Amino acid sequence: MIIAKRKPIEKILSMIAPHRKVLVVGCGGCVTVCSAGGENEVRILSSALRMAQAKEGYEVEVQETTIERQCDPEYIEPLRKFVGEVDAILSMACGAGVQFVAEKLKNIAVYPALDTSFIGVTEEQGVWTERCHACGDCKLDRTAGICPIARCSKSLLNGPCGGSVKGKCEVNPEIDCGWQLIWDRLKMMGLEKRFEEIIPINDWSTSRDGGPRKIVREDLKL
Amino acid sequence: MKAESRLESVLDNQFFTVTAECGPPRGADPEVIRKKAGLLKGCADAFNITDNQTSVVRMSSIAAAVILMQQGLEPIMQMVCRDRNRIAIQSDILGASALGIRNILCLSGDHQKFGDHPTAKNVFDLDSIQLIQTVKQMRDESKFISGEEIKSPPRLFIGAAENPFADPFELRVVRLAKKVAAGVDFIQTQCVFNLDKFEQWMRMVCDRRLDENVYILAGVTPLKSLGMANYIKNSVPGMDIPDELINRIKGVPKEKREEEGIAICVESIERIKKIKGVKGVHIMAIEWEEKVKEIAKRASLLPRPEV
Repeated sequence: MIIAKRKPIEKILSMIAPHRKVLVVGCGGCVTVCSAGGENEVRILSSALRMAQAKEGYEVEVQETTIERQCDPEYIEPLRKFVGEVDAILSMACGAGVQFVAEKLKNIAVYPALDTSFIGVTEEQGVWTERCHACGDCKLDRTAGICPIARCSKSLLNGPCGGSVKGKCEVNPEIDCGWQLIWDRLKMMGLEKRFEEIIPINDWSTSRDGGPRKIVREDLKL
Repeated sequence: MKAESRLESVLDNQFFTVTAECGPPRGADPEVIRKKAGLLKGCADAFNITDNQTSVVRMSSIAAAVILMQQGLEPIMQMVCRDRNRIAIQSDILGASALGIRNILCLSGDHQKFGDHPTAKNVFDLDSIQLIQTVKQMRDESKFISGEEIKSPPRLFIGAAENPFADPFELRVVRLAKKVAAGVDFIQTQCVFNLDKFEQWMRMVCDRRLDENVYILAGVTPLKSLGMANYIKNSVPGMDIPDELINRIKGVPKEKREEEGIAICVESIERIKKIKGVKGVHIMAIEWEEKVKEIAKRASLLPRPEV
């Protein structure tokens, strides 16, 4: 899923400073699962905004709502009734959701309340880690199911650099060396020989280097 | 001869080879290189010019290599994958060869986190092994990565680095094998302080007969002070300094520690000379270029052969 985290309250306050009627919109998708922008977080942020602004001595009307997903047009449609009623929308979705709400509602200011971080997993309660860079050409079959593009700090395709120490990355001892993980798993599966094959120069055109991407499925179009 | 570099001739003629390192300045003054060239001339067969080492912005390795050549020294131009995509890399390879540079060292590059611009975007379009393949394909097949023909191919003797002390240890020889398969001509290793471990690594290298297909030069670095030794031991990822070495430096009075560092370096070279499969040494006297001559002389590496 897409993992995000809320921006600091000071940043959010400075973004919405010109507005007096704000709608905080949560998203029921990924950001609900990673506890960044679901119904709970909408409630917490809204009351934090009310308190902070009361302290500053001015009043802001903060309304709350959470929709199923901000990345699908049909769920955004009901938000249209707020246009004119509020001056601004504070979206608690990922970057895609923020943009889609702005694109669909057109004539209203839409601000991001979250920083979209990565595509990742819940490693344990309260801990999320990155797994995928959406390169558009999955190579997990060659690297024991562990992605060197996402898991190696340098996205090296042919083994660890000289900075791998005791299973950790030179960039930060909190980061596992992606290639140590790949090697350990290759060994566990008796596939050591696979490491010796040189992975050829990558075609990045399926990644963001090819420009903004699009998938069209004619079989699903109405 | 693949590139007609002096380094290639010395190695092909079975001389115990010496390379040294020359870091470009953090400014535009060519005199800094000329001064270092004066200190280094005659001490080694070829000289590495680092490429924005530790991700700190310095004069470009191509420019510094050309200044070094103007002083009569042969450069080994280092090239990292961190800062250039395949278009810039191939363009710089052509340019370097056109300027007369005959040796290239293919590296991944330190992460920008360690340098003076930690907020930079990195590239890593290729990795070091793919960079080796690229130079080899350009030189030997006259082809760009795209497969298109190169009218006048570059002439470069291809080097790479290997760190016998990084983890996973068992993978370090396999990774060297990948570099050999990719077409590397010579290897310079990370600084060797732990000679026992280096000997173990070289035995593994020879067991796979990799030493027959690539020239291996062992990296050595004189330790200038106890502070430097401790810093390398504790703060540089992938470096291995045994405690006995630290204690040896600690054991001499402060004013004699520089001399002790040089002595350790000379002894290391003497021991390295006897290791099967090692064809030379790479002396990395970090910002201590004035000591390279003394080290080379005391290790009986001078004069360098005429080839």
